[in-house]
Amino acid sequence: MSRETRAMQDDDATNPGMLWVLEGESLWNRKDGERSCADCHRDAASSMKGVATRYPSVDATGRLLNLEQRINACRVERQKAPALAFEGRELLALTAYVTRPSRGLPIEIKVDEKVRPHLEAGRTAFHRRQGQLNLSCAQCHDERSGIKLAGNTIPQAHPTGYPIYRLEWQGVGSLQRRLRNCYIGVRAEPYAYGSPEFVELELYLMWRARGMKLETPAVRP
Amino acid sequence: MARTVVNMPAQAKRGEIIEIKTLAGHTMETGFRHSERGEAIPRDIITQFVCTYNGVEVFRAELSPAIAANPLITFTTVATESGTLEFKWLGDKGFTAAHSAKLNVV
Repeated sequence: MSRETRAMQDDDATNPGMLWVLEGESLWNRKDGERSCADCHRDAASSMKGVATRYPSVDATGRLLNLEQRINACRVERQKAPALAFEGRELLALTAYVTRPSRGLPIEIKVDEKVRPHLEAGRTAFHRRQGQLNLSCAQCHDERSGIKLAGNTIPQAHPTGYPIYRLEWQGVGSLQRRLRNCYIGVRAEPYAYGSPEFVELELYLMWRARGMKLETPAVRP
Repeated sequence: MARTVVNMPAQAKRGEIIEIKTLAGHTMETGFRHSERGEAIPRDIITQFVCTYNGVEVFRAELSPAIAANPLITFTTVATESGTLEFKWLGDKGFTAAHSAKLNVV
C-alpha cells in the first residue's frame, strides 16, 4: 500500500468509502419491515463499537455468520424485512456503516468449542492446494508475502479493512469478493457468496489477523 | 439524491487561502465499455462541477469520461467574506447533486 493510498484512506474527506458509510447511515435509520436498525440499536457509534472485531462468529442457534449474514439475519428475524443481496450496494453500505465505529480497534476473535471446528476448517482451506495452478492460500500469503506477483507486492492477507474501497473496482466490495478474485486467480471454482466454506475461510483470516486494528472503510489499489 | 462529501474549514481569516475537498458518488460509466452481451453501455458521467461563493462563481470543472468513479475534486479559494459556498454537480441522464456549506470569515 503506497503512501498516497494510505493518505487517501486516512482522510475522511478523500476516502470514497465514506460515500458508502453515509448511505449506510441513512439505511440504518430507514424503517424496513416493522422497524429500523436504529429503533433497537439506537446510535451505532456506541452500540456497534467493537462489534465488527468479533465477526465471523457463531450465533445462539449455532450458525457461523459473518457480519453481512448477521445483518441479514437481523433483518429477516427482527425487522421482518427481506434479506439484502450479497455484494449489493445496500448490504455493503450497511456493513461499512456498522463496521466503521470499530475503526482503530483490534480484531478479537474468541475461540471456544463452538467456533473451533469452523476455524480448523478455515485453516485447512487456507493450506489446501487448489485450482489448475494447484496453489494454496498459504503458498502466496504466508511463504511469499512481500515479494512480487507481476507488478504487485503479495500481501499477508490480513482482512483489516473490509468492506474496502478498491481503486481497481471503482467501488466498495466485501472480503468474499476479494476471495473470489484469488480463487479465479489460481483457476479454482469460487464458492457462492455466503457459502459456509467462504465464511470459515473469513473466520480463519480474521483470527490470523487478531490484534490488528480495523481500518474500515479501507482504500486499496 | 446523490451522495456528496464536502470538506472545508468552517472558519477562516480574511484573505486566507482555504482548501476545499469535494467527493461525489457516481459510477462515471465511460460509454466505451460493452456488456457481456456485446451491447454498448451508454455514457453516464458527471459533466460539470461548479462552486459559487456568495453567488459568485469561484471554481468550475468540466469532467470527461477518463475520470474515475466517485470523483474527488480539490481546489482552493480566498476567504474574502462570510457567507455560503454552493456546490453543484451536473451530469448525464439528468444527474444533479448539490451541497452548501457556511464559511465564517473573521
